[in-house]
Formats: sequence, structure tokens, C-alpha cells
Amino acid sequence: MEEPQSREKNLGMENLVSRYREVLEDSPFDQVAEWKKNHPGSKVIGCYPVYTPVEIIHAAGMLPVGIIGGGNRLEIAYADSRFQSFVCSIVKSTLELGLTGKLHFLDGMVFHSICDPARNLASVFKRNFPQLQVEYIHFPQNMVSPHNVNYLSAEYRKLKASYEQLAGRTITDDDLRSSIRLYNEQRKLIRELYRIRRETPQNLSTLETYILTRIGTLIPLEEHITSLRKALEAAGQRDEKPKDRIKVVLEGSFCEQPPLELVEGLEAAGCYILDDDFLLGWRWFEQDIPLEGDPTRNLARAYIHQSVYSGVKHDTREPKSKHLIDKVKETGASAVVILAAKFCEPALFDYALYRQTLEREGIPHLYLEFEEKMWIFDKARTEVETFVESMLFD
Amino acid sequence: MAQAAEAVKTSYQGQIHLLQKELMGNYFNQLTRCAEQGEGKAAYMLISGNPVELILAFDLIPVYPEINALQLAVKKVALPFIQKAEEIGYSMDNCAYVKADVGLFLGDRKTPFATIPLPSLILCNYVGCNVYLQWFEHLAEYSNGTLYNLDIPFMRDPSGKPSPEDVTYVVRQLEEVIELCERITGKKLDYAKLKRIVALSGETGEMWSRIKALTKHVPSPFDCYFDSVTMMAPLYCLRGTEEGLRFFEVALKEMEEKVQMGIGPLPEERFRFVIEGPPPWPYLRVFRDLFAKWGAVAVASTYSTVGGLWEFGFRHDPNHPLESIAAHMLEWNLTNRNFLQRYEQIRRYVEEWSADALVIHSVKSCRLFSAGQGDMREYFTKELGIPTLLVESDIEDPRYFSEAQMKNRIDAFFESLEHRKILHAASAEGRRT
Repeated sequence: MEEPQSREKNLGMENLVSRYREVLEDSPFDQVAEWKKNHPGSKVIGCYPVYTPVEIIHAAGMLPVGIIGGGNRLEIAYADSRFQSFVCSIVKSTLELGLTGKLHFLDGMVFHSICDPARNLASVFKRNFPQLQVEYIHFPQNMVSPHNVNYLSAEYRKLKASYEQLAGRTITDDDLRSSIRLYNEQRKLIRELYRIRRETPQNLSTLETYILTRIGTLIPLEEHITSLRKALEAAGQRDEKPKDRIKVVLEGSFCEQPPLELVEGLEAAGCYILDDDFLLGWRWFEQDIPLEGDPTRNLARAYIHQSVYSGVKHDTREPKSKHLIDKVKETGASAVVILAAKFCEPALFDYALYRQTLEREGIPHLYLEFEEKMWIFDKARTEVETFVESMLFD
Repeated sequence: MAQAAEAVKTSYQGQIHLLQKELMGNYFNQLTRCAEQGEGKAAYMLISGNPVELILAFDLIPVYPEINALQLAVKKVALPFIQKAEEIGYSMDNCAYVKADVGLFLGDRKTPFATIPLPSLILCNYVGCNVYLQWFEHLAEYSNGTLYNLDIPFMRDPSGKPSPEDVTYVVRQLEEVIELCERITGKKLDYAKLKRIVALSGETGEMWSRIKALTKHVPSPFDCYFDSVTMMAPLYCLRGTEEGLRFFEVALKEMEEKVQMGIGPLPEERFRFVIEGPPPWPYLRVFRDLFAKWGAVAVASTYSTVGGLWEFGFRHDPNHPLESIAAHMLEWNLTNRNFLQRYEQIRRYVEEWSADALVIHSVKSCRLFSAGQGDMREYFTKELGIPTLLVESDIEDPRYFSEAQMKNRIDAFFESLEHRKILHAASAEGRRT
């Protein structure tokens, strides 16, 4: 018999998650527009995946917002005449959002050197939306040069100057420090969610974690931190019985995001996802970014030395597949699910290496492709079920 | 009614064609000797803006997986290699250059043109193309070569120029590459030799730039797409060498003679077009003939600037070898420039090279080139009023070329262009009378 108090706590989690789910599914940007209306004179900056140093935007008093594609409720009517059929969904849906006026609340947009289509999209945005301040960050791909921190610090200083101009105020080192402190807190709380998932996946689902993280790309940071605290408290009260499911690590969805129904369906099909790379850029660091010293440099140094591995970062210090194998071993998962966005070259190339290494290591894996715009999940679900059965009964 | 001549079989029989064959044969023989007899050490690099001058200063042998992949496609033997890569996990949707190369690399590395040596140095000059990073990351996993990512900041400033910090970052990395080469070869950098090599690159760039300016003449003395690729092989594989420079001196002379005699690559030049995008290597001749039959000559191409953009004034400078190598890599090649800079380059080509139209060849493998070319078409047709044709196939994978479809699109385009010309001529006539 459950304690009444615990039931209430769980209800707290369910309410929170279902409220956020509704926002994410119906009209995720409405409340951003609403926020802007209620904060006259303030600016909103859209952040394309994967990683943006949002601290710099926040420190200028602006709202960084994740523009992570159009999901499966947006019809593509214009963008597919600009980007070909072999380009991934998120590039087209993001352009579609712009071409159909759905990004009217944005003052700026920031893209990065993550892949070839995203880079060209930055230029296409610049041409088609001259009212937007389009920024482009070239992240270092040489992770061993002693000069990469200098380079990236300069890159961040340029970005900072440009946002100072847009916001009409200077960003002091203390402004930046306090933003870093808040984001450290947010990332720590998200890491905490993932810790619960890893240790007791029956107490917190992947979908819940996902929704709680994703909402943070749309609401003010301070509000998100409060929500995360509430959610963590509620999750801490849960004491569910583990189901007979296999434990897996999911990899490949670091940029374009699968529909919520798919995230939900994967677990329901019989696995606990102990770790994943959803929304990876919003939880880019495994430790706090130091506060002492030059904060711009600290952000740059953290990118080089403290950030997680990813398909869009090429770190010659260690093979990428080693990171995946380590993750499997550390979490105690027994298999890997690769969930790659269709036409995502970084994820598809990584898979070729992952597959060879997983086979060598004798770790079973399932390869799935998705598109954010997909509506039918039966096939994916059946594939997972078949995979799970083969693991449970072989 | 517009009339296209029936199938024109093009052939290019100038002196440079034969000389190119000879020089490239020598280059590939060098690769084979390295692979089979252990003569020298191989350094893998990529085409778009590379520091081959440094590599040559250490007598390392430059190997270009892109060149090898395209040779496989031209020789029509790429598909089994592509399929081999797909069998081990590469996707249908991955760049087929990489797949052909990986398929080759994981086998005995024997091709109809050379045996490809294993790398001592895998120098990933990341100049624009993100697939480069994946490609060399994979080759490093499959071999014992030392991998170094030479990171070149993309052109992202509204000025279209690199920042002083970008330049410093690249020069510092070039110094690290020097240290790496010293370790691999066991010898110190000979600075005087580097300066000589950089001077040769500078002179080669000068020749190439003068050659490319000749296509402003009517008729154009050569096709700046289909004949440029003949010259691009020595430009990339032999830049910084005496033979490379000699090739371009011969080429310039030959092309200047053609200009004087009023000779072009086709019996009659009826259309001048600019072409954007890499060629369909597995069907190069078929593709060329589809334009030739309309008397259509490419007077400028973006593809001929992938490995370096010399026609707007850049030259390697022996007095500042590292800085000018850095400038070449950062700024003076097509792939590290942003998409809007490419629009601008094409616009200049159309205007300064007096072109009638733009043809965009969109290839699935190379998204650096192709992603967003629909927006480019929108810009050229709607904003500038330049007739633009967009056709799709691939640079490497023969499965993506549909000759019938390609022919229909090209014929329809030139028919309407012909019609347009007749109307223009008629209205000009009307104004005169």
C-alpha cells in the first residue's frame, strides 16, 4: 500500500510531465512568444543543435531557445524545394519554420560547424531572413593543439561582442560567471535525472527524462531549475518494481530528435534505456565549468577538455567507439540501440565504426533509423520487441 | 524550332591531354613503388586547400583518397568497393567517395592505376567538408598511421575574410605539423627548400589563373568544367614541383594559341554556361556529350576551385610560406567559403565570363556542395533572372545516374534557352527597323 504522500509526489511528477508534453506537442514556441511579449525590449536567440554556449546569450539578458526542428506536426510545403530529398529532416523543417513565419519571435539564430547541411543552412537563413542576426560558430576539431583554447576563446569573445550589441548592454565577467553558475546547476540536475535512470530505471522513464530536459530548451533557465528540482524530488519518492526488460544504451540522436511517441515506444517495447544522447548539446559537460578566472576562457577550455563525446566532435585522443563501449560497461547495459536520424551523415558514419567495434566486443545491437516527421511507429516497435525477445530468450 | 545536333562525341586531343596522362602515370607509379617496394613514406591528405608544400619539403609522398576514389569511378570499377563498405555498416546515404576508398583500403589497395600505399601520416586538412573528419577518423582506425586534424576555421565573418586569430591558429598548427613530419621522417625542416616549393606553387597558381581568364574569350578555348578536370589532376597532385609548373606553362601556351586561332573545344560555341557542383565521374563522357550536342561550353565552374581559388588574385608567397599556406587553406579555396560567397562567385562568373545560363549539378554524396542548391536556384532565377537548370546524380556511385532523365532535362533546358535567344534576336531586330 502506497503512502498517500508518495502518491501525491508521483502525481506531481505526472502533472509536470503531462503539462510539458502538451506544450511540446502542441505549440512549443507559443510560450516563447508569450514570454517575449511580457518582457518588452528583450531578445530571443534560437540555438540550432548540437551545442551552443548558451551562457553568453543568458549573460546578455537574452533568452536562448532550442530550435530543434519542427517535429511531426509540421507539414513541409516550401523547404523541400530549397534542400534536396537526401538532406535530413531537421534542416528542412527548421527552414520551413522560418519560411512560414513561425520563428517571428527570434532576434537571432546561431548555427555551428556540425555538418555540411547545417553549415549551408546558416547561409540560407542569412539570405532569407535578413532581419535575423545569424551567427556561426566554428568549433575546433583539433583537440590536441595547445592553441585551440586561445582560438575558441577568441571565437566566444566575438560572439559576446555581437550579443552585447544586439542586447544593447555589456556582458561583464561577473554576468557571465553567474550564468555559468546557473547552467552548472541546471546541468547537474539533469545529470541527476540520468543517474536515477541509470540506477533505478523503473523509477524514471526515458520519456519523462526527455520531456523534463527538452522543456528546458524553451523556458527561462531559472524556471527550468525549479521544475527540475520538483521532478527530482518526486522521482526520489518513487519505488517501483523493476520490470523484466533488457537494459540498453541508446546512441545516434544527438541532433535531430525522434518524436515523443517513438521515445515512449522504445521503452514500452521491452527495454530500459539507461543512457542516451538525446539533446546532447544541452548537457554537454559532465562536470561543472569552473567559475574562477576568465569566464570566456573557462567556457572554451571546458569545450576542449570537459565536453562529452559526440558524432560532431572529432577527438583524436581516443577512438569514439571506445567511449560507447565504456558507457555500456559503466552503466551495466547488455545491448546498444542505435537510433540514427535518416540522412544524418555524422551518425551514419559513426555507426559504421560502432558496428564493427560492437561486433568485436560481442555486444548485441539494434540499428534503427528515424525521422522527426515520422507518424507510424509500429515497425520500430516490432523491431525492438523482436530484438528484446531474442535477448531475453536466447 | 530549336535543333540540337545529334550526338556529338567529344574528344580532347591537345598536347596537355597526353602530357597529363604521362605525369599522372608517373605520380601513380610513385605510389605503387611506395606501396610495393617501400620507397618513401606516404602522407594522406584531402584536396580542398592542403599544405602539400610542407609535405613535399619533407619528401613525403602525398596521397589523396579523393583522387583515388574518383579514378575508381572514372575507370568504372568503384561499385564493388562501395558495396564492400556497405556490407560492413556504411549507409546507402553516406558519401560514396568515402565508401569506395574504405572498400579499397580494407582490401589489397590495388587499382587499375596504382597500388595505394598505407599512410605514415594521416593529415586531415579539415577545410570546409565535415565528412573529411569522419573519413580520416575511419582510416586512422583501420591503420597505424598517425592522425592529425588540421582544423581550418570556416569563413563565417560578414567580411568573408579570416580573422587574425584564425590565421594565428592555423599557422601554429602548421608548426605542429612540421614537428610531426620531423618525427615521422627523422629530418629537420629545410626552410630554403620549403620556400622554393612555395615559390613553385605561386608560379603554378599564376599560370592556372591566366589559363582560367582565357575562357572569357568567345569562343572559349577550352571547357572550364570538362577540360579543367584534366588540368586539376596536376594542379593538386603535382603542385609545388618543377614538372607541375612545366605542365601549366605548356597548357597556357596551348590555350593562348587556341584563343589566337579562334578555336574552341566544340565545332561551334552556341551557348556559354557556368556550372556548379562536382562532375558525375562514372558518366563523365556521357554527361559532357549531353551539353556538347547543344554547342554548350562551360566557361566557368565552381568545381575547378575546390582545391584552390587563384583566379581572383591569390598567390603562394615564398617570403611568407606558412602564412600563405594558411591563407590558401582558410580563404582561397571554394570549400572553406560559405554558401553565400559561392553565390557571389557564381554571379561574378556569369557576368564577367558572359554566360547565358547556370547549370547546377547536385550530387548526393557531397552535401557540402549540394545541400541547399534549391535556394541557390531560387536566388539565380528569381533575384537575378538567370536561366538555371538543376540536375541530380552522384560523383561516385553509378547507381544514381539516369541517362534518359538527364538527357530530357538538359534538352528541355537548352531548347527553351534557344527559344529565348531567338526571341531576343527578333526583338532586337524589331527595334532596329
